[in-house]
Amino acid sequence: MMIQFNPADLIAILPELVLLGATCAILLVDLFLKPAQRDITHWLSIATIALTAFFVWRGAPAVGEGVSAFNGMFLHDGISVVLKQFILLTSGLSLFYARNYMRDRALWIGELYLLILFATLGMMLLVSAGSLITAYLGLELLALSSYALVALNRDSAASAEAAIKYFVLGALASGLLLYGMSMIYGATGTLDLARISALIGQVEHPGWLAFGLVFMVAGIAFKMGAAPFHMWLPDVYHGAPTAITVFIGSAPKIAAFGLAYRLLEGALGPLSGQWTLMLAILAVLSLAVGNLFAIAQSNLKRMLAYSTISHVGFMLLGFVGGSPAGFSAAMFYIISYTMTATVAFGMIALLARAGFECEEIDDFKGLNQRSPWYAAIMGISMFSLAGVPPLFGFFAKLLVLKSAIDAGFLWLAIVAIIFAIIGIYYYLRVVKVMYFDAAADDAKIPLPADLPLRWVISLNGLALVVLGIAWGPLFDWCNRAFGV
Amino acid sequence: MAQWPLLSILIWLPIVGAVLVLALGRDPRVARWLSVLVALLTFAASLPLYFGYDAVAGGMQFGESHLWINGLKAYYGLGVDGISVALIVLTTFTSVLVIIGSWGPINKRVSQYMAAMLVLEGMLIGIFSATDALLFYVFFEAMLIPMFIIIGVWGGPRRVYATLKFFIYTFLGSIFMLIALIYLHMKTGEFSLAAFAAAPLSTTEQTWLFFGFLAGFAIKVPMWPVHTWLPDAHVEAPTGGSVILAAIMLKVGGYGFIRFSLPITPDASQEYAWVVIAMSLIAVVYIGYVALVQDDMKKLIAYSSVAHMAFVTLGIFISMALVREYANPDAARLGLQGAMVQMISHGFVSGAMFTCIGVLYDRLHTRMIDEYGGVMNVMPWFGGFFIFFSMANCGLPGTSGFVGEFMVILASFQSNPFIALVAAFTLIIGAAYTLWLVKRVIFGEVTNPKVAKFKDLDAREWIVLGSFAVAVLALGVYPKPLTDLMNSSVLQIVNALMLSKA
Repeated sequence: MMIQFNPADLIAILPELVLLGATCAILLVDLFLKPAQRDITHWLSIATIALTAFFVWRGAPAVGEGVSAFNGMFLHDGISVVLKQFILLTSGLSLFYARNYMRDRALWIGELYLLILFATLGMMLLVSAGSLITAYLGLELLALSSYALVALNRDSAASAEAAIKYFVLGALASGLLLYGMSMIYGATGTLDLARISALIGQVEHPGWLAFGLVFMVAGIAFKMGAAPFHMWLPDVYHGAPTAITVFIGSAPKIAAFGLAYRLLEGALGPLSGQWTLMLAILAVLSLAVGNLFAIAQSNLKRMLAYSTISHVGFMLLGFVGGSPAGFSAAMFYIISYTMTATVAFGMIALLARAGFECEEIDDFKGLNQRSPWYAAIMGISMFSLAGVPPLFGFFAKLLVLKSAIDAGFLWLAIVAIIFAIIGIYYYLRVVKVMYFDAAADDAKIPLPADLPLRWVISLNGLALVVLGIAWGPLFDWCNRAFGV
Repeated sequence: MAQWPLLSILIWLPIVGAVLVLALGRDPRVARWLSVLVALLTFAASLPLYFGYDAVAGGMQFGESHLWINGLKAYYGLGVDGISVALIVLTTFTSVLVIIGSWGPINKRVSQYMAAMLVLEGMLIGIFSATDALLFYVFFEAMLIPMFIIIGVWGGPRRVYATLKFFIYTFLGSIFMLIALIYLHMKTGEFSLAAFAAAPLSTTEQTWLFFGFLAGFAIKVPMWPVHTWLPDAHVEAPTGGSVILAAIMLKVGGYGFIRFSLPITPDASQEYAWVVIAMSLIAVVYIGYVALVQDDMKKLIAYSSVAHMAFVTLGIFISMALVREYANPDAARLGLQGAMVQMISHGFVSGAMFTCIGVLYDRLHTRMIDEYGGVMNVMPWFGGFFIFFSMANCGLPGTSGFVGEFMVILASFQSNPFIALVAAFTLIIGAAYTLWLVKRVIFGEVTNPKVAKFKDLDAREWIVLGSFAVAVLALGVYPKPLTDLMNSSVLQIVNALMLSKA
């Protein structure tokens, strides 16, 4: 195949180009700013994300008309548009949630913004990947930025430890993934995902495919944080500064969904009979490990980290069907999860102040007396994570359970709901300390005066209610992306 | 008037009112008045439902249907038949009394309490009017949140344990029901209850679905042996919470059996009616004896609720057996009618009993029976009410408690005299534990000096107990309006039961 450059392809990656250009500009601008002027970087970054989102929206292809650019390296279709919008949304949210927290800790530096923007660029590339190379490229851009973000607080031993763990295990995962990719490449002789999918039926050595598949599933599971490849996740979430946890706990999950979809369905779709079973096992293990270990946590960040693992398990229920409706449900689930998790992690960042992390569950004691409004927002987020209607999280659970049942995995759906019931307990415990317990310390602690932060987190929380009542349009959007 | 979306108004008025109460209710007096106003408006809005419902025509009326989720063909579908109308009016009526009743005892975070009550009211009306299974489920689960908060914040010493148990226990049951609903959606492609009822289902499918529904509704009712959350929740809940719980939330279980189990899985309901009937009979007798030995008044009434609700499940499932095995649709109608009357009656009676206990609790701050004694001497009016409601609780003719129990026993007799005999035990055991309670609390000498200082009912308590008393008496003396209201709806259900779906 001749490699040709078609200038029209640039239109397809316009949002990425905008993001890259603006990020480089911010890099330069930030060099000349005094620390007191960091707000300029802050708002420039948010404007960049908004602008990128605008171009994603403008350039969205018509329904069912995906475009592939750069000789199939880059896919520009409905799925990538939905995923990019929500990646940008959650990245933007985490910028809002980070400002106050990082400023209180003298970590409010330009690198924060640059790393988040580069990570966002990596994710956008990842979810548009049309070839193994682009997928890996996007993944590494995301991963390297994330390692540095976790280590941003250099003086904290916990952060450094978390960053090292993240780096070592992340590198291992990348290695597994890359090894799997090389086996697939060896078997099919192409890096192009669509061509791999087309050639799978006629390879000479099917054993290589199975070998590659196992390694790729392991690598993806590592990146998602599915048990038994979850060991890095609680330590990283716990050790990272809370504002960074908001980021790495949200947008990269959407990107991980994109990675899994592109590689498993896009490239290895014909092998779905094999990988659905692997994912079903991963789902059960994640549900069990996530929910059972979360009960024992007294640290809210760690608890939410285990809860993430269980939610990944839930999302995988959508994959086990291997059908477009299932992927659509899984995408809906991951969007719902990230929208909810940003509220939960964001609330920890909001209530923290200089010298007080507010990350123990007991730190939320009596929040309802101090601030009924934020207690209600946090309560909404917890009930949504627990999957209680009429909140967003319930409908996400409904859809993935439905897709699992439709696919004939009734036993898996029953296992999932049993763990969901167990999971309710630890979410309710947070509500319990907020509402039923008396505040442990002085009830007069002022809340941060950062108005944009307070507004954004309130809107984020209310969105969980609104999307719980009117989730139809989002569901339709996901369905259209997958052509359901 | 018919053009108004009356059911939507009934659901959303209290919920919007709750938001207003939260927003404006910084001053407890404002919160109290505003919430009473909202509750009264809702009650007033429910009256056109009762008067406007064409009981002769029957069927679903006041229908509203808007596409909610296109991808799943889920509708925001509302509609009521006679059964729903009765339960909705019960809900709006009781909510007014509960909110008035909470004026005195609730002193901290008044606006939040009132708002939670109003939200709960809206959700309960939503449950009774949903014709779409997904919408039903959403209300069914969502009502746990305000109740969780009510018990947990304003409850007694062991409130955290009780409220967690309440939430997780009831969630456990209903999530199995969710699986059943998803399965039915897979079969029919939509969520409407009518489509579920029309769908042909094999016997195996029906069996699984039946047990899925049973898990959800038996815990809500609650039936023996999954009743253990109820005494804990009742004992720890504030008075208003107990009243709502006993008077309305338990009815959701019985309503669910009528709306889901009977029409959707009739063959399995017939096959396994004996399970439910056996569980009900055990509850009548065994739970009755358990109630006898309680030394906490609220626990006693909580167990008596379990025993009384067993009549509801007995009436529902005996009618199943009557239709299919004895080909006696008239008796089946009697059983179903009895179950419904028992639900409404139990709503009034248990609500009143818990209010009475609340009145005593506000004065002495204990619910232990042996702390009281001789209350009649210092609170004659209250004593009169207490005795009256206790009589209704035993099922004395002339009170509402008699009508439902009598109809259910009469219906059971036509299927199997032995069942009727066991069920009739309640008349003895119920009288035993209730009258013994009256004897120990109301009569006798005043032994506790604090009891001697009790003041009789104030105007607010008078209004609440007086209203309950009127309702109990009216229903007991002349239940015809209620049975007429539900007659054609019950008839339709019975007719549908005759057809096999397998």
